Amino acid sequence: MSLDNSAPMNANTQNDATPSSSGVAANSSEIILEMQKIRKEFPGVLALDDVNFELKKGEVHVLLGENGAGKSTLIKILSGAHQATSGNILLGGHPVHIESPRHAQDLGIGVIYQELHLVPSLSAAENVFLGREKTSPFGFIDTNSLRIATAQILSGLDITIDCATPVKHLGIAQQQMIEVAKALSLDARILVMDEPTSALSESEIKQLFSAIRRLKAKGVSIIYISHRLEEIFEIGDRVTVLRDGKVVGTKAIIEISRAELVKMMVNRELKEQYPRERPPRGEEVLRVDRLCRKGVFKDVSFALHSGEILGIAGLLGSGRTELARAIFGVDPIDSGTISVKGKPQKISSPRAAINVRLGFLTEDRKSQGLVLRLSVKENITLSSLDSWSRAGFIDFRKEEQEAGAYVRELRIKTPHLRQQAMRLSGGNQQKVVLAKWLSSKADIFIFDEPTRGIDVGSKVEIYQLMNQLTARGAAIIMISSELPEILGMSDRILVLRHREIVTELAAGEATQESVMRYALGA
Amino acid sequence: MISKELFWQNSRQLGTLIGLLLVMIIFWILSPYFMTVSNLLNIAEQTSINAIIAVGMTFVIITAGIDLSVGSIVALSGVALADMLQAGHAGPLAIAVGLMVGALCGLVNGSLISYGKLPPFIATLGMMSVARGAALFYTDGRPISGFNADFRFLATGEVLSIPVPVVLMLFLYGIAYLVLNRTKLGRYAYAIGGNEEAANLSGINTKLVKTIVYGLCGLLSGLAAVVLTARLNSAQPIAGMMYELDAIAAVVIGGTSLMGGEGKISGTLIGAFIMGVLRNGLNLLGISSFTQQIIIGSVIILAVLVDMTLRNDRKPLFGKGLFK
Repeated sequence: MSLDNSAPMNANTQNDATPSSSGVAANSSEIILEMQKIRKEFPGVLALDDVNFELKKGEVHVLLGENGAGKSTLIKILSGAHQATSGNILLGGHPVHIESPRHAQDLGIGVIYQELHLVPSLSAAENVFLGREKTSPFGFIDTNSLRIATAQILSGLDITIDCATPVKHLGIAQQQMIEVAKALSLDARILVMDEPTSALSESEIKQLFSAIRRLKAKGVSIIYISHRLEEIFEIGDRVTVLRDGKVVGTKAIIEISRAELVKMMVNRELKEQYPRERPPRGEEVLRVDRLCRKGVFKDVSFALHSGEILGIAGLLGSGRTELARAIFGVDPIDSGTISVKGKPQKISSPRAAINVRLGFLTEDRKSQGLVLRLSVKENITLSSLDSWSRAGFIDFRKEEQEAGAYVRELRIKTPHLRQQAMRLSGGNQQKVVLAKWLSSKADIFIFDEPTRGIDVGSKVEIYQLMNQLTARGAAIIMISSELPEILGMSDRILVLRHREIVTELAAGEATQESVMRYALGA
Repeated sequence: MISKELFWQNSRQLGTLIGLLLVMIIFWILSPYFMTVSNLLNIAEQTSINAIIAVGMTFVIITAGIDLSVGSIVALSGVALADMLQAGHAGPLAIAVGLMVGALCGLVNGSLISYGKLPPFIATLGMMSVARGAALFYTDGRPISGFNADFRFLATGEVLSIPVPVVLMLFLYGIAYLVLNRTKLGRYAYAIGGNEEAANLSGINTKLVKTIVYGLCGLLSGLAAVVLTARLNSAQPIAGMMYELDAIAAVVIGGTSLMGGEGKISGTLIGAFIMGVLRNGLNLLGISSFTQQIIIGSVIILAVLVDMTLRNDRKPLFGKGLFK
């Protein structure tokens, strides 16, 4: 369980390099970028802890890590969107201070994000040269020369795209290529690609990789962020693994195995104690059978029993939240059945789900779980108002009794019931959402990232509430990206990958490593 | 147990009320004719039509929507009602028809917005044209005039020396207060305006509620048409032009945010009266109606600016409210 913190090569070695003028191969030792002892603090959180990262000219250097490990923070610092709290960045051996995205661009750093930053109604050429259009003496844009220039860049990557059509008519793969062309036209020597293949087909991935190889041959260096181990092993030269804001190690791809990579990603001490108390498992309360929704999830089947917490693990994009939304009636399903307490149900709206005693604590409580401007009391009774009304009129006394009871039972810290929900802390807001579902008499809960953005003390309170619920016979499906939480609180664990369930594990037999291996497909 | 928060939550209306009183005092000083019982009743009567429409508009804006078609609905309801009267039908029946026409237009608006998923601006903009066109088409562009005294009582009569439209207005505001503050419909309207997605995920039938709210707005526009027709003793297809702007102004001056989710009906009443007082006072001072428009427009801008500034000072950042 030792932290393998192999130090990267330091700046001295760059003098040994013999950069060949034609096509620099990945085994050149010229270091083009060094990030030294990068530390990034946010209020209450240390996102990056003394991270050292280096990039060689012409290499594809993979950046790997769980959600929240610090990859995107590191990239944002490189691209000028954030400033590091401390640390140095050297480009080609010279210290630089990257002040803004524009500055990063000028320094030759280009970033291609997952959400592409193109203007849909403009053509490829117009997008590439946005803001730098060449004009004729009269001020008219010289569209033709823009198109020729764009086509030239693309042909250098062996790609042909119609530079005149609006990009919204082009496929994602081609849109990505246009982003690459844009970066190249700005003389990018360092390209960061963030999950470039998540929306691509097999053949498009092949095209992308051949373009990447051409880029390498031209001496462009690439930082490649991805979860897909098959691709990492196909296109990567080296890999750096981040975990909880620290660098675990940097290795050459040929020197490492998949199993070792996974181990590097998740091997951490389980310092936190999870207060899971397992009640005896009761009857089946929910059964999901071969649920399918095209492009979202496929053949999902599982059963849930009273008294149990079923953890659902998986990486971003594996389909977990979408599955929850489908079970709760927010999104439609194409095929499959859901049975609640033995009876098949057609859950076509949240109200239908609530009527069969389901409750859904969403990922983002501020934008989906609460009406922030309404009071604590009003939020708690939002789903159960029918019970406190007669002939359309709300019985305020009953409503306040109900809300007050939950505020006491869940220990929600609020000066009074009429306090606006927006003024509560994250943990207390989450309790208000939970109170809402308790008030609507839910006994099957779906918790999506229940402790995200909540302080440690409140986290423990939420776990204890989960214990209390299951002790009373409720059942909980818990979706979480925090592996320790999944392992600590679940009774059984389902792992989703690429929108399908790949395995079901009992809590006792699961480890962080095994869960991550299934999540990655290693 | 009245905390600072509760005070602030109602202070916007208090501020608007002070604004109204200020304006009234200014006119009292500037003109001897202003502060008389008959003039004040006059103001109330003149304001009543806009105030009635503004009730419906308040509901719509609380759900984070907007209704640009109220003026045109007034015209269409008016001509429908007038036509019935002229054809010899009884007053109550004619009024019912007028109200139904208004409600129907509103329900169409609501359906387009909820089920057709059109933005409220677009749906009601379209209805604005369609309703107006229908009114013009139906009457061939000509007004329908001349009704019996029983019907005109609705506008010219008095109850306990208070003009009927004023009584009606106060009655409506009372009901609106109850609905917004004490019924499920009102609570759901605030929830939808505050966060429609959360409201939906909480099991509220947001589509139905929104459709009803727009239907209500149309109904109230129809009611305003009844009063207007009675007062003018004629229904014109070109009636109600720009009424939507006055209604929105009343709501906004009253402190209701166009972003939805908050606002009080009392604010709208005060806002409508501020505009009514301004018009009346400026008239008494002999200021031309063109200048009046400039002044009233400026007041609207000022009122919203002040409101936004106050809002920024008070609005807590998430979590910061705990550390006061």
